[in-house]
Amino acid sequence: MALLEIHNVTRRFGDFTAVDNVSISIKAGEFFTLLGPSGCGKTTLLRMIAGFDLPDSGQILLDGKDMVGTPPEKRPIHTVFQSYALFPHMTVADNIAFPLKMAGTTPDEIRSRVREAMDDVRLSNFGNRFPQELSGGQKQRVAFARGLVNRPRLLLLDEPLGALDAKLREEMQIELINLQKERGVTFVFITHAQNEALALSHRIAVMNQGKIEQLDEPSRIYGFPRNRFVADFIGKISIMNAQVLETAPSHLTLSVAGLGEVTAPSKEDVKVGDTGVLAIRPEQVRISHHAEEVELKNHFIGKVQGFLYVGDVTTYIVELPNGARIEALLPNSAPGRAKFFEAGDPVAVSWRHDAGTFLND
Amino acid sequence: MIKGNTKANRTAKWLVSGPPLLFLLVFFVAPSLIMLFTSLRLPGEFGGLAPIAAPAEAVHGEYGLTLETYQFFFSDILYAEIFLKSFAVAAASTLICLIMAYPLALLIARSEKRFRNLMVLLVVLPFASNFLIRIYAWMIILGPESVFSHFINAFLGAFGIAPVTLLFSPFAVLVGMVYVHLPFMVLPLYTNLEKHDPALLDAAQDLGANAWQRFWRVTWPLSLPGVFSGAALVFIPVLGMFAVPDILGGTGDILIGNLIKDQFLGTRDWPFGSTLSIMLTLAVLAITGLAAWFARPATIAER
Ligand SMILES: Nc1ncnc2c1ncn2[C@@H]1O[C@H](COP(=O)(O)OP(=O)(O)O)[C@@H](O)[C@H]1O
Ligand SMILES: [Mg+2]
Repeated sequence: MALLEIHNVTRRFGDFTAVDNVSISIKAGEFFTLLGPSGCGKTTLLRMIAGFDLPDSGQILLDGKDMVGTPPEKRPIHTVFQSYALFPHMTVADNIAFPLKMAGTTPDEIRSRVREAMDDVRLSNFGNRFPQELSGGQKQRVAFARGLVNRPRLLLLDEPLGALDAKLREEMQIELINLQKERGVTFVFITHAQNEALALSHRIAVMNQGKIEQLDEPSRIYGFPRNRFVADFIGKISIMNAQVLETAPSHLTLSVAGLGEVTAPSKEDVKVGDTGVLAIRPEQVRISHHAEEVELKNHFIGKVQGFLYVGDVTTYIVELPNGARIEALLPNSAPGRAKFFEAGDPVAVSWRHDAGTFLND
Repeated sequence: MIKGNTKANRTAKWLVSGPPLLFLLVFFVAPSLIMLFTSLRLPGEFGGLAPIAAPAEAVHGEYGLTLETYQFFFSDILYAEIFLKSFAVAAASTLICLIMAYPLALLIARSEKRFRNLMVLLVVLPFASNFLIRIYAWMIILGPESVFSHFINAFLGAFGIAPVTLLFSPFAVLVGMVYVHLPFMVLPLYTNLEKHDPALLDAAQDLGANAWQRFWRVTWPLSLPGVFSGAALVFIPVLGMFAVPDILGGTGDILIGNLIKDQFLGTRDWPFGSTLSIMLTLAVLAITGLAAWFARPATIAER
């Protein structure tokens, strides 16, 4: 049985539906992420799980028990808030001890558990500091320790890394993964940053306008986005209008206006004549000198429109004869080379027959 | 914020803090010194002060200065009693104001933003009418023929208790003190409570705190700076207040304020009035010093 089950949960504010018929089932020990743009209903859903808000319809079950009559303070669920919400009048140790005190733990037990929790987040020597005396990353770790110290069944994290700078963020991501693994606590994590979701999660639910667009493992969300929203939202992707010419068990043949035939991986529920888009990731597109022999079947001539150099890789934007633009990623692995092509260069772009995805309209 | 310690910054700091310092010097330190000096002098025959350094008639030392009034103050237990009673009234008024103001301030701080200013306005609205008129109004309310008195006595009568006179009693003094000073407690409390981050209460609840624990462990300790400033704003003026006991109190309800007023306006003994004032100032300084020590950041830490 799943640890947390969300059954057809809907929450409306006036005419506005913030969470629209969402169903999710989360297993014990899972690192589950709700990913979506700002305002898509992630926090609203999280507040209902924590008990601060109730669904207008649908159910939330924890260990098979409906939580509707259980107030937040009685749910074995703790939350790490985006603002950390550390108590400013308590020391780090008192902050971490708070949930234990509320649970009526004995003072001896509290002392040892708090020490253990501070060790876990590498704040052993900070017990007597006040939150105002800590850096952002340290506050964040206190918030994690406080959320985990009483061993909740479920830890909810609402964009906890949102306020940190990029470098610290990456460090905290690694700490978070380790913490979750060591403690075996189930995490429900919220973020609007797709790279963070991909890096941390066992499974991701991509949300948009209160609905779940796709729920899957990170690699499948990235590699096989189910629709245009997911494709656009996760990573970079180039999109071209296409129509299905032929379906075969091994592949699809698409017609792309102005380019001709393109081969794409086969997909269920696709019929001849369907219209949609061909979506392809920049790293799947090979860019080469236009005169070079290319053995791949999906192979077109274009012109470099511009490029984006970010150090390790350069993304080239290539305009195809049909006016569509496609992005191609090239690692700058040759020493000293910053770029291989200039704007205006004629180039060839190509990709494997099993790269890209056809997405129905 | 002015950071660093460049010459320009130092000048800026003095420009900013200079005028208020000067103000304090002129209107607090100087009068206190004058008061201290006055307390050491002799009363004049028809009020005021006897002239200094008239050696021929000087019975009390060369310059006509004396500690007599202080001896007098400490020789009669009556003054200590009045001081104690005044402090008790001030403490009780402060406590009652706190108990009444806290829920009100909390209510205002937690209502919708657009209603808050209106509610604050209602709290300070009594200031729009004259202070003495409002106290005289209480004379009528507490008077023996008032609806309020009848109601109270009917209520007491139901329990077989003899009727009481409300006016000209310590009770009436307390009512007046609380009534006059309540806004001074509400405002600093509200200002403090309004700043509390609501996420802290969510966090406390999320971590297992029930409503009482959320109040006692989060709201209350964070509000202590507001409690202390409210307490100071009630306690100190109540100590010096003479109008309320004059109008609402009985003959036995003399407080320090009345005593001091009498020395200047009644018996015309300026030196003794000054001595009483000095003693009051010292007592208040001692109490606020103690309070500040208990309220220091390390213990309550709103820092
Ligand atoms: N209490 C509320 N009253 C009215 N609208 C709300 C309330 N809470 C959230 N909303 C609306 O619901 C939508 C989803 O909000 P939220 O769940 O906070 O989004 P997210 O966390 O994904 O950014 C937003 O448009 C927000 O304005
Ligand atoms: Mg949110």
